[in-house]
Amino acid sequence: MAKKLESTLKNMVLSLTLISMVMSAALTFVYLKTKGPIEDAARQKEINAIKMVSPDFDNDPLPDARLVDGVTIYPVKKQNEPAGFAVKTFSEKGFSGHIELMAGFNADGTINAITVLQHKETPGLGTKMAEPKFLNQFFGKDPENFALKVKKDGGQVDAITAATISSRAFCDALQRAHNALGSVSDSSEILP
Amino acid sequence: MANLKYFTNGLLKENPTFVLVLGTCPTLAVTTAATNGIGMGAATTFVLVCSNLIISLLKNLIPDKVRIAAFIVVIATFVTIVDLVMKAYTPDLYKALGIFIPLIVVNCIILGRAEAFAQKNRVWHSVLDGLGMGIGFTLAITLLASIREILGNGSIFNFRLMSENASTILIFILPPGAFVTYGLLIAIVNKLKAKLSF
Repeated sequence: MAKKLESTLKNMVLSLTLISMVMSAALTFVYLKTKGPIEDAARQKEINAIKMVSPDFDNDPLPDARLVDGVTIYPVKKQNEPAGFAVKTFSEKGFSGHIELMAGFNADGTINAITVLQHKETPGLGTKMAEPKFLNQFFGKDPENFALKVKKDGGQVDAITAATISSRAFCDALQRAHNALGSVSDSSEILP
Repeated sequence: MANLKYFTNGLLKENPTFVLVLGTCPTLAVTTAATNGIGMGAATTFVLVCSNLIISLLKNLIPDKVRIAAFIVVIATFVTIVDLVMKAYTPDLYKALGIFIPLIVVNCIILGRAEAFAQKNRVWHSVLDGLGMGIGFTLAITLLASIREILGNGSIFNFRLMSENASTILIFILPPGAFVTYGLLIAIVNKLKAKLSF
């Protein structure tokens, strides 16, 4: 077997440089190969979330997306008639920070369905916000006459047992979506 | 058949999780659901086999004084590959494992095996060692995750064992449950090992 290289400066520099270069080349190759699929996957995820919450639609909502105060609004259409909106909204008030929801609204402003995209809540407590038992109470409600606050704070939302903070954050995100929808006509900017 | 011992070594005798007690960070953190255990185990096994292979191949080209730096470059490359491939083809699993994939870089099992085994042994033996250690790690964290998922969430591999409203022992899903379960499993494995060797 060949003898191990001595730890001289020349050997060390050469060896490390060579290894780094070969490894970078390998990474570049994988990066180029996976770039397309990663973008497709992200796009597919977005469309799936929109489909899950929106009323029936047949347009491609991604190009029409608008951004209002950090909230992304996707208008959905059925045979070129506005059918409602899918709104990607968020709150920083979760028990462990950032949560992200996709909320679907019908054309008349009532909530169609909601799905939780991202959260770091406590398993078994705050995570229940993604379950139908909690979500179902919002469906078909109009935030104009359904106060998006937990009952403890004088609202109409049944909080999750032992996860009031998560429930509050959920309502906060939903309220944000509703506010963004309200201002979409005047102060909206069209995404590039 | 003589080579088999390099493979079986990692399964029980030198199980990375229960006997060497390496890589406890992912062991404790991702084991909230059995599927996470399998995903994390598979990703770690892949990185372990590849890095053992490359490091064993290059062992004479790497001067001693820069070996750790060289190992980390090799390991980080494979971790990034896993990261990109999972993001592209298994986005759901990627979402569940999230931050722990990049952290495989600092998983002591991988650097530990590179340092203690791959740089001194033949290529084929190093691959077997990586495979054995990886599977040992996968089995261990899947076992740990199953126990925590059953007790803490009433389900296994997302299949419900109890009704949605049944009360479960929530603490097993939370971090303290990880330590308790881990400790008990190490005790059981030690007992088993002691019995088997006499």
